[in-house]
Amino acid sequence: MYVGVDLGSRTIKVVAFQDGRMVDYKIEESGFAPHEQAREMLTDYKADQIVATGYGRHLAREHFADDVITEIKAHGIGIHAVLPQVTTIVDVGGQDSKVITLNGKGQVSNFQMNDKCAAGTGRFLEIMAASLAYPLVEFGPAALDSDQEVQINSMCTVFAESEVISMKNRGAPRQHIARAVHSSVADRILAMLNRIGFDKYVAFSGGVANNPCIVSMIRGKLVGVQVAVPENPSIIGALGASIEAAKLGESQA
Amino acid sequence: MTAGKFEIKAYPEMWKDLDMDVERFDKMRLMLGDIYEKTYLSQKNRPSGMAYFDNMIAEIHGGRIKELLAAKKEGKPVIGTFCVYIPEEIVLAAGGVCVGLCGGSQGSVPDAEKILPRNICPMVKSAFGFKAGRICPYFQAVDLVYGETTCDAKKKTWEILDNMVSTYVMEIPQMKKQTDQDMWLAEVKEFKTKVESLAGKEVMLEELNRAVKTMNNKRKALQRINMLRHTNPTPISGKDVLLIEQIAFYDEPVRFTEKVGELCDELEQRIQDGVAVPGKNAARVMVAGVPMALPNWKLHNLVEGAGAVIVNEESCIGTRYYKDLMDEDGEDIETILQNLTRRYMQIDCSCFTPNNERIDQVLKEYRESDAHGIIHYSLQFCHTYNVEEIRIREACEKENIPYMFIESDYSPEDVGQLQTRVEAFLEQISG
Repeated sequence: MYVGVDLGSRTIKVVAFQDGRMVDYKIEESGFAPHEQAREMLTDYKADQIVATGYGRHLAREHFADDVITEIKAHGIGIHAVLPQVTTIVDVGGQDSKVITLNGKGQVSNFQMNDKCAAGTGRFLEIMAASLAYPLVEFGPAALDSDQEVQINSMCTVFAESEVISMKNRGAPRQHIARAVHSSVADRILAMLNRIGFDKYVAFSGGVANNPCIVSMIRGKLVGVQVAVPENPSIIGALGASIEAAKLGESQA
Repeated sequence: MTAGKFEIKAYPEMWKDLDMDVERFDKMRLMLGDIYEKTYLSQKNRPSGMAYFDNMIAEIHGGRIKELLAAKKEGKPVIGTFCVYIPEEIVLAAGGVCVGLCGGSQGSVPDAEKILPRNICPMVKSAFGFKAGRICPYFQAVDLVYGETTCDAKKKTWEILDNMVSTYVMEIPQMKKQTDQDMWLAEVKEFKTKVESLAGKEVMLEELNRAVKTMNNKRKALQRINMLRHTNPTPISGKDVLLIEQIAFYDEPVRFTEKVGELCDELEQRIQDGVAVPGKNAARVMVAGVPMALPNWKLHNLVEGAGAVIVNEESCIGTRYYKDLMDEDGEDIETILQNLTRRYMQIDCSCFTPNNERIDQVLKEYRESDAHGIIHYSLQFCHTYNVEEIRIREACEKENIPYMFIESDYSPEDVGQLQTRVEAFLEQISG
């Protein structure tokens, strides 16, 4: 059995991989001691090899993982396994957004990552949802319901929040503001896509791909492009790490 | 690690005489010592010739300052610099000393931000903050700061800095036409007059020729070490070579040249004996872009911490400082000054337009260093490098050179994210 662990900024994902396929997975919110929690999540599996990815990957290697790969490589491997025709990946996670391009063999050929602020990430959406008093799971659907949007001008999380607060206080309907927030994230992702270039097959990976409004906006703006979302976009990084673990294990066998 | 703990030596009496904020500076000294120990002394298999440079760091705020003060006592001008455009030959010929000033640390940025705008380059802010906070002995010891007009943030900051320390500004042209060269020659002559008035004597032919040789020898020593590190596998870490390139800006040139030469002899022996610093299959990375002023080791730390090795710095603290030599044995002062102007006009700083020479130079250095990829490093708000990056990227794409651009500052806040980007780049070039 091979195990991949993705110690992300918001959640920890574990994927168990055996005989060329995923056999189990788990997702939990990251606590204060991510490596301890991750190790707890691993106790059910008898792992021959463990590969860690995500922000906590080096911590995991100090404590239990056999090897580490970056999220960028992990999402590349994971997406290539489930959607082999894809050459461009949009991965929006808790703290980071990335666009990754793959060559024909599924190897990373180029990537872009957001700069050090939280604009255009899951964290940005969380903060804005809280500011509008939406539970996160309702935020996307509410925005999708709106047919009108007000304009948010600032991409900086702190300034955008001030803008949202002043819109609220001018009496703008909540779901319209929600739509504007989503639109600004989608624009940010599109800007990265345009910068790096993309093909006909784009996959959306990472936790924010669970948000129906962002996905629909990206689809709407990429004409002639097939935007696929894997069944469980949050675990793609962990899946990639588990496949790398299998590769490592087999090369040692 | 307590017994052999590295410490930057303290000279509180001297610092007090230099009108420094001693208490605050002492805290920075201890921090720098810790960082140096972690970054440098923890490296495995370092050449023994690095001991001299470790000592230069231990004496960075003491021994070297004493030497500068002794020179001043003899009436020799001591000039603080930031740029590779200062005609050092003229200062040397007048018996004077050039020293690079502090400007590579986050610690002094808040001091600067009390006065300067926040959205300018961190190097300019850091340097200014070191003077404003009285926390750099070099700034306190110099007779004069040499400023230049290579970017807007610098040239306007000199006006403010001049209130704290006498700042002499030389106009650097932005094009390389004949009129620009003529203008630069006039600037060089004016600078010579300024240095002569500081030194209280005229610069003579023999002294100027000797200074030209001294500077050429120093550049040749730096060229030699850079050539040796290009060997695959490399006998010295990129961090160590960067350190030497940083020390080149404040050490006494003849002694420095000799010590770099000794280290090079050792590296040649290492190459013969097959002694290498990184692992056999370590990825080799070339860095291009803006200078990394001491103690900015952020990128080198990340890259080499991830198991790769940096094999070249196409930068002002790097090859741009030493790639061009000057004609020696000029027959008269006018000829030497013309040769000097020609040599300095070859520098391909991004302040120039057009600047195709730099694109070619980056590709040339990539091939010579046997690197596997290029990281273009720039500082926030450094517009000329950040825009020129586009052309470097296009050239790399055309030549199929793996390439990544990093824009950062001196703060540690983006280290986690940069680590991911650096590691992903290394995964990419390692296949």
